Amino acid sequence: MNCRQVVELMTDYIEGILSTDERARFEEHIAGCDGCRAYLAQMQTARHLAHRLADEPLPESIERELLDAFRNWRRL
Amino acid sequence: MTYVGDRGVAEDVVQESWLTCVRSLDRFEGRSSLKTWIFGIVINVARSRRRKESRILPFASFWRRADSDEGRPTVDRSRFGSDGMWQSGPPSWDSIPESKILGDETVQQVRAAIEALPPKQREVIVLRDVAGFEAGEVSSLLGISAANERVRLHRARAAVRQALEEYLR
Repeated sequence: MNCRQVVELMTDYIEGILSTDERARFEEHIAGCDGCRAYLAQMQTARHLAHRLADEPLPESIERELLDAFRNWRRL
Repeated sequence: MTYVGDRGVAEDVVQESWLTCVRSLDRFEGRSSLKTWIFGIVINVARSRRRKESRILPFASFWRRADSDEGRPTVDRSRFGSDGMWQSGPPSWDSIPESKILGDETVQQVRAAIEALPPKQREVIVLRDVAGFEAGEVSSLLGISAANERVRLHRARAAVRQALEEYLR
């Protein structure tokens, strides 16, 4: 496996769907390759940062609409 | 919000989705979790709105990057040597303070990168990484195969990583 192939397997590796054999070859490459190890860590960082977006407060206008809709729904 | 990529459209989608939820409450039979059910409705409303808007603006597609799922590699070929090994590898982030990497400004860069993705990739990364659904839930919510879900997710994550590389350079 070379770096160009390994980067295209990053998501399959993170998602845990590589075969036992592929996974072993992937990990063997990563162990000896600073560039691919950095790339994998950066993919993980990208995931964590994306998840942070879920904690952002809703814009006020949307929150107001949702709350209004909810109040009206309870009255039905 | 991140799913439709535009605040005005997002407000309309939320309003319409909420109404659809309320109207179809009696059809909710508790087979899927409430979260999956609500997202399913939001996705339907957002998709039909996207279809409507692409009819009104037939040239809009030219402004977006191609929405293809496979083919091109996710990392520019010129970054590898002829042996397929890195020639211009990803710069290390080791010397960048963690407070900068995980800071709010960086999160906003991620938001911008996700909003710039082709819609098919955007919907997958929003459901999987932002909303935290399991891979299987994402493919069934979107009606796509598990393999297709992973291809789109991979392209989306690679694009976000690339945007971070440029921002943190």
